[in-house]
Amino acid sequence: MNYFEDLKLGERVVLGNYTFTAENIKTFARRYDPQLFHTDEEAAKHSHFGALCASGWHTAAAAMRLIALFNQRDLAERKARGESVPKIGPSPGVRDLRWVKPVYVGDCVTYASEISELRAGRRPEFGLVVSQVTGTNQNGELVYSAQGSVFVERRTPAPSN
Amino acid sequence: MAKLYWEDFSAGQVIDCGRRLVSADEIKQFAAEFDPQPMHLDEDAARATPAGGLIASGWHTCAILMRMIADGFLLEAASMGAPGVDEVRWLAPVRPGDELMARGTVLATRASRSRPELGLVSMLYEVFNQAGTCVLTERCTQMLERRETASLAKAASA
Repeated sequence: MNYFEDLKLGERVVLGNYTFTAENIKTFARRYDPQLFHTDEEAAKHSHFGALCASGWHTAAAAMRLIALFNQRDLAERKARGESVPKIGPSPGVRDLRWVKPVYVGDCVTYASEISELRAGRRPEFGLVVSQVTGTNQNGELVYSAQGSVFVERRTPAPSN
Repeated sequence: MAKLYWEDFSAGQVIDCGRRLVSADEIKQFAAEFDPQPMHLDEDAARATPAGGLIASGWHTCAILMRMIADGFLLEAASMGAPGVDEVRWLAPVRPGDELMARGTVLATRASRSRPELGLVSMLYEVFNQAGTCVLTERCTQMLERRETASLAKAASA
């Protein structure tokens, strides 16, 4: 991640992909969302989803996994080049999280992130970066989207007013 | 057999979703899989971060709330899933040993125009820790089957 001043609206990165398997769907659901259409193939067939599908929170957590891994790689590369790196975090929250279509067993979802808003934060050393995070399945269908937000350090603190 | 249908929810109703203890192991396990950052993964590494110690991933807190909602009432309801969440706010960190308490407030209910078999319930969920600090709020819409159409469908298949 660049310092806040160097970030641009519309800047987009592909974060990576995550494959949903019967095993990881059921493991997540047994712990956190044990509704039958997420834990039991037979019961799911008779639900309005028609087949086992991932908990919406699993599709969101998969996005976070890829964001964290992307940031790790990015940080390592910047440190290797001897660049100074901004402090990142925390995130105050997320808006407009949409589970657009069900995610089924075998779906491979590619996640991407695009900067949708850059705002001053309460602390002068940080700015707030809002990103539209999307997940698209192997058929090119949008399955997930959310407006994530995170504080990113500025090179120079914003003047106080 | 579901006990709760869309008709059982009305604006202003408050639903207790119980309590849940959050352990260091659970925080680290979730983070290793879904949010591998130092403040969520390891006590020593976390002490060196602004968090000052191990804290749960915000997404973990969302997942814990989902489980509290499921155990609180949703597993007994004719749930048809959720189209999404309007807003999640992570207001305070969740630390190992915290005992979380969740409650849901029904903000509004409405029938679906396009799908007569389901109704929508708008909810505000709040999660508090043992000190009474609100750590998370979530505003979302849930889809539930309507009792009327569920009983018609049952009669038709009998």
